[in-house]
Amino acid sequence: MKVFGRTMLAAAAVAISALAPRPAAAVDLTMYYPVAVGGPVTKIIDDMVARFEKENADIKVTAVYAGNYTDTMTKAMTAMKGGQPPQLSVLLSTDVFTLMDENAIVPMDGLVADKAWFKEFYPAFMANGQIDGKTWSIPFQRSTIVLYWNKDAFKEAGLDPEKAPATWDEMASMAAKLVKKDASGNVARWGIEIPSTGYAYWMLQALAIENGQKLMNEAGNEVYLTAPKTIAALDYWVDLSRKQSVMPKGSIDWATLRTDFLEGKTAMMWHTTGNLTAVKDGAKFNFGVAMLPAKERRGSPTGGGSFYIFKSATPEQQKAAVKFIQWMTAPERAAEWSIKTGYVAVSPSAYKTPDMEAYAKSFPPATVARDQLEFAVPELSVHENGRIYKFVGDAVQAAVTGTQSPQEALAGAQQQADRVLRAYK
Amino acid sequence: MSGQTDTHPLISRKPRSYAWWNAVNAWLLLLPAAVLLVAFTHYPILATIRHSLFVARRNGTEVFVGADNYRAMAADPIFWKALINNFWFALGTIPTSIALALLMALWVNRNMRGRGFLRLAYFTPTVLPMIAVANIWLFFYTPDYGLLDQLRGLFGLSAWNWLGEPSTVMGCLIVMVIWKEAGFFMIFYLAALQQLSPDLEEAAAVEGASRWYTFRRITFPLLMPTTLFVAINAVINSFKLVDHLVIMTKGGPSNASTLLLYYIYEVAFTFQDSAYAATLTVVLLVILSTLALLKFGYLDRRIHYQ
Repeated sequence: MKVFGRTMLAAAAVAISALAPRPAAAVDLTMYYPVAVGGPVTKIIDDMVARFEKENADIKVTAVYAGNYTDTMTKAMTAMKGGQPPQLSVLLSTDVFTLMDENAIVPMDGLVADKAWFKEFYPAFMANGQIDGKTWSIPFQRSTIVLYWNKDAFKEAGLDPEKAPATWDEMASMAAKLVKKDASGNVARWGIEIPSTGYAYWMLQALAIENGQKLMNEAGNEVYLTAPKTIAALDYWVDLSRKQSVMPKGSIDWATLRTDFLEGKTAMMWHTTGNLTAVKDGAKFNFGVAMLPAKERRGSPTGGGSFYIFKSATPEQQKAAVKFIQWMTAPERAAEWSIKTGYVAVSPSAYKTPDMEAYAKSFPPATVARDQLEFAVPELSVHENGRIYKFVGDAVQAAVTGTQSPQEALAGAQQQADRVLRAYK
Repeated sequence: MSGQTDTHPLISRKPRSYAWWNAVNAWLLLLPAAVLLVAFTHYPILATIRHSLFVARRNGTEVFVGADNYRAMAADPIFWKALINNFWFALGTIPTSIALALLMALWVNRNMRGRGFLRLAYFTPTVLPMIAVANIWLFFYTPDYGLLDQLRGLFGLSAWNWLGEPSTVMGCLIVMVIWKEAGFFMIFYLAALQQLSPDLEEAAAVEGASRWYTFRRITFPLLMPTTLFVAINAVINSFKLVDHLVIMTKGGPSNASTLLLYYIYEVAFTFQDSAYAATLTVVLLVILSTLALLKFGYLDRRIHYQ
């Protein structure tokens, strides 16, 4: 028995070393990665990881795709409580408070040789991750919300196909012209769709910003859902479907909205710029991309995921993780990533690479989301983020389905949020 | 006399030692099952109840808070919504799926061509994993280009956002679960029907009883043990089945389709609030054990077992 066991062990050791011909000092990294848009995101990441491993034979990175942002965060937290967290992960940039509260992550400051690196990124993307003078995350899969419009539909409705709506009123009136009904009076094409599942808080925040209202404070322990301008923002959203009938009633699914747009079921949609390449590859018509329209001002929250390094990783693993992150966010890679997906490249220097310059020239929509950064505001990020997102999302859904008025729904969400956030004051 | 007193101790000692040995034997035989039950059922239940009386701080320490978690639960509108949803979900799925199962079982129990094929067809939904089922039905319910809306389109009706409207989302989920469950319950009825003695039916026929009368007075009462078993399973399933929510609605819109177990999952893993999740779990435990007590204490005695 004993001999048998030892033989097996030896055999296993031989097998393992045969499978992985690399130096004994190899560092293994597990990375959780969330996918929130269409297109072959996992393939792109796998390919980048493979190239990194080729250049760095002593580091092995395993990418684990765990679903959307919420699912990935859930998986990371559960794995951590189970004692086997990943060494690094891309998670919502807004999960930073929760991750700090859970004692899950380390700041990058102590891990990098030169903090000048932090200055290479767009400040708007760094904002969510810099708290108490420390840098907790590095941006990667970052975005803003943009307006996609179907130029062919615009032409058909007698609108200028090259001009997207610049204000709320314009968007509503153009949408009304774009609604198309079939012989029996049913709507064959809607004017506009704003998704209300998955990331409803994000869309509401965009509307609130445009209406001149912040949704949270810097300390992350207060939300402003019942401010008159927030309520007015949700009113505008709800009225698009309930009063003006230019948007379908009921909740609009985040994941199928891109298909709606590609199938011509809606002439305009609000969605993440991360879907840009998937839309470009799937559209059988001419389309344009524009910044979100303005009420008091232009604006969109930033969005998307950043790299975090976990506290429980060994010092060697943390060092290797930084090396990997630096490789992934280097200008050429950031440009490549942006071209392949539509996400915003995270540093200005990425836009100066020859590849990106050529791409932007041939496909101008590629830089719209970046240009919008000028008007962007950090995404809603508070303590107990998961809970707050649910309260806001529920309120939006209650309002767009007509179960509650925007005011009632937001008042309920504010009350629940206040109760949860009381512990952090 | 003396002979009798001599034999007495022998007689009485022997059974006693047997009894002792039997007891040891029985306990030894029960031990593996008992250990598993205690380790994986009873201990977790007690730990859950204990955990519901504490609050876990972020730094890992626990503070005793008494009934605070329960008070917070009583004030939590999402909890009540989930509980009420669960009630409607149970009421919607259980009677219909059992009635349908019985009907299908009676139908395929007869001698006819294609019987095997029909049985297979009825049973297929049960074999599919819930996640696959949810994805199939998601396509049925998708607004505009989903199957259901395409059918409505043929009659000139406008598109309906089935899963996006609070008024229809629960009904849609109920229909899907009935489709999935009925075939499973049918198998139990089918097995029970084949156990029934044909003599009874023949005797009833000789007496001139109608088919409906035979079913009402003979077949159905004899199927009661199966009905009870199926009913208990259906109730448990109505609290246990939440996989489809992850795929189809995530409990939305605005909690219109949240069920208790799904809410527990959200609180425990998405919000990482294990104390509150434990509190909600205790409620689920109380509901399910009340149902079990009802079965063993009351219903079992009123049912005729052959």
